Amino acid sequence: MTAPLLRVEDLRLALAGDRASHDAVEGVSFEIGRGEAFGLVGESGCGKSITALAVMGLLRAPLSLAGGRIVLDGQEIQDASAAEMRRLRGKRIGMIFQEPMTALNPLSPVGRQIAEMFVLHEGASWNEAMDRAEEALRQVHVPSPERRIRDFPHQLSGGMRQRVMIAMALACGPDLLIADEPTTALDVTVQAEIIDLMAELCSAKGTAILMISHDLGLVANMCRNVAVMYAGRIVERQPADAIFAHPRHPYTQGLVDSLPRLGERAKRGRQKLREIAGVVPSIAAYPSGCRFNPRCPAATDICRQVAPDLTALPAGGLVRCHHHG
Amino acid sequence: MLSILVRRIANIIPTLLAVIALVFLLFSVLPGSFISGMNEDGRSTIDPAVMERMRKEMGLDDPLPERFAKYVARTAVGDLGTSFRTREPVTSMIGARVWPSLKLVFAAMAFAICVGVTLGFVAALKPGSLVDTLSMVGAISGLSLSQFWFGLMLMYLFALQLKLLPSFGYGDGGLRHLILPAVALGVGPMALLARTTRAAVVEVLNADFVRTARSKGMSERLVVKWHVLRNALVLVVTIVGLQFGSLMGQAVVVEKLFAWPGVGSLLVDSVFQRDMPSVQGCILMIVLFFLVINTLVDLAYVVIDPRIRYR
Amino acid sequence: MRLKGGSSLWIGGGLVFIAIAAAVFAPVLALTDPVMGANLMNAEIPPGWEFPFGTDAQGRDIYSRILYGARVSLTVGIVSQLCNSLIGVSLGLTAGYWGGWWDDVVSGLTNLMLAIPSLVFALAIMAILGPGLVSLVVALGLTSWSYSCRIARAQVLSLKGQGYVQAARILGYSDLRIMFTQLLPNILGPLIVIATLGMGGAILSEAALSFLGLGIRPPFPSWGSMLSEARDQITTAPWLSVFPGLAIFFTVLGLNLLGDGLRDILDPQSTSRRA
Repeated sequence: MTAPLLRVEDLRLALAGDRASHDAVEGVSFEIGRGEAFGLVGESGCGKSITALAVMGLLRAPLSLAGGRIVLDGQEIQDASAAEMRRLRGKRIGMIFQEPMTALNPLSPVGRQIAEMFVLHEGASWNEAMDRAEEALRQVHVPSPERRIRDFPHQLSGGMRQRVMIAMALACGPDLLIADEPTTALDVTVQAEIIDLMAELCSAKGTAILMISHDLGLVANMCRNVAVMYAGRIVERQPADAIFAHPRHPYTQGLVDSLPRLGERAKRGRQKLREIAGVVPSIAAYPSGCRFNPRCPAATDICRQVAPDLTALPAGGLVRCHHHG
Repeated sequence: MLSILVRRIANIIPTLLAVIALVFLLFSVLPGSFISGMNEDGRSTIDPAVMERMRKEMGLDDPLPERFAKYVARTAVGDLGTSFRTREPVTSMIGARVWPSLKLVFAAMAFAICVGVTLGFVAALKPGSLVDTLSMVGAISGLSLSQFWFGLMLMYLFALQLKLLPSFGYGDGGLRHLILPAVALGVGPMALLARTTRAAVVEVLNADFVRTARSKGMSERLVVKWHVLRNALVLVVTIVGLQFGSLMGQAVVVEKLFAWPGVGSLLVDSVFQRDMPSVQGCILMIVLFFLVINTLVDLAYVVIDPRIRYR
Repeated sequence: MRLKGGSSLWIGGGLVFIAIAAAVFAPVLALTDPVMGANLMNAEIPPGWEFPFGTDAQGRDIYSRILYGARVSLTVGIVSQLCNSLIGVSLGLTAGYWGGWWDDVVSGLTNLMLAIPSLVFALAIMAILGPGLVSLVVALGLTSWSYSCRIARAQVLSLKGQGYVQAARILGYSDLRIMFTQLLPNILGPLIVIATLGMGGAILSEAALSFLGLGIRPPFPSWGSMLSEARDQITTAPWLSVFPGLAIFFTVLGLNLLGDGLRDILDPQSTSRRA
């Protein structure tokens, strides 16, 4: 097996508080192969977005990188200088954000915002860059791109704006695309189009995807491997089909059960969609032992006292639970 | 663009009419009239016969609505009446004063923008630094200054002690005479602009699209140049527009202090001479100027912010 | 950066406290009578041991006159700002709550007030009423209410739809009762901040008008009128101009710092927006 494109090892992110510093994320490790789509799933506040920002080198105070290694294409980048990171960002790693309205500069034409990529990373002239921006818009299936490049973000629909974001993130043909909840702010009808577009473009260009979402269903459809995060830790990592068929962690089980699925109604009878009781604990108040224990239906004394380690499953994959079985 | 211009200008008219009515009411109705005020005051000894003639001449005995109608009609064609004192048309008296006033107000605002916006930017880009602390302490001090007192101190230091600049007057209208009054007048808006700019830039720096810009691999310098500057400018322009109002109020005092031959010092002199038509004219002139400035600010918005056009 | 919330509150509060104490205890702290203490033997003595801030052309002690001047400046500042708050809040509250034609009238009035620079407006009123303390308070108290009016109106509009206000309405509370018991307490924070900053503005305006000779007339000491007298002696006796100006500066600085500090506490969501 060749070396993975991105390897995150034992990542630890600290959140500086008023009095003490807390670990917002700890012990997070995963690998993404070239051209592979990898999903990171969890409720909001579990640390998945800041993990992505850490890979981008975009953590800002009060968050900081406290430990671990981030290896991109064999090169450690966790300690890279600001200038080195700037050359990676956009060029090697592109990123799409959740809210396409606020993620685009409202006072700048979208074409220009795409063209910036070519000027920044490929030394193109503005004229040349604008032509290529038009081409980039065409590739993300924006109708009449020659006119759209002069439009401002507020003149485009949410879906169109997200297409612009995709065009921008993929403009310089990065090896990795990080998509942080790319469809959450969009209409349901548009979500599938955007996902398909990302999948299509990335497979055509051989770009790997780190897909971050709270929506297990969406991630499982798109990605080969999925990691589930809870309260700053990865609790389960399995191939996508396996995680659906045999979720091993009670939290993953809960996520799977909370998904509506076609044809399941008959089997479950009148049973309603289940939800997981309780909320994600705040970073300053993580419970001792397994962090999921206060919400876990199967919690026992050991769960409340001892934090479980990630254990390898016989069929491949990892789970962090005393009672996986 | 043109339609916006027309609409904004049309918006001025009702306000201007209301101000004309207010000024008319204030000076013609409230405490009797200025003519009667002249005698109570005791400073003016006008022959009763002369006074009677003046009342007639100015139609002060006509019924109020009629006087108002006449007043509006005359004002509309730019006739602001005849000065009680100089017997000159008020319009030409003010006309001679407009240019110096404009020069002073714009010079003060230019000073305020150059220094204030720069300080605000530097402070916002290095939060918590010495520059930041110093400029914000300077800003709140500038806001607390009496502009005419600051002018007096400048005059003492730079004109009377160091003899670098003329202490007062318009001179030949050159820059040397302009510096001290403009700095004195500009220090207030400068301080406010420094604070506002800093707040605006800090807010924009935390915006999502700035994170996007960083994710594209842009250097901080380019992030600021390409994405922060223009967005912060929208907020700054608002303050500049609003500040013109208080600037013109303060200009009255600063003009008086520096014996600057502008509309403001004419207003103060006319108040002391109880020259009603001139007082009214000066106030209308100041209001008109302020409204025009605000219209220009609105247009500046349209140029800076594409969202406005489609609203 | 604003000075950190805490320190600006305390420094500002301290300066304001000193100014108030100076005004209240002026008769105790003063060395001579501010008006009658003239003694030509002591004319134009520079600051020194005997007269800390020096004396003026009539030999009056500047330090004592500044103490008494604090009474005028603070009275004008506080009373006229109270008038402004009262007018602004009443209009803003009712306009926001009732809406309709009344709202249009109030908006029109506010726009009118915003179109005339308030110092120019105050000057016009002073021209009509003549100089004096009462005219000053009236002139300044009638001309700068537009800001508190707009804030009150905007706040009421955002609160009007909330549950507890609707509940009060369903309970049959009268409009006035709702406005004063349900709405006003909830919008008081930002209004107090504006009033604090407004007092500083009123003190500056008082000084400006008195400086022009339209406010407090000499020989009675107000900081503005002292500056007005001092101006002609700026070459021979600069201290006459320096100290009253510093008194204004530190008092207004105190009010501005206090306003900033209060804003951090009372109106936290606006801290980043408004400078």
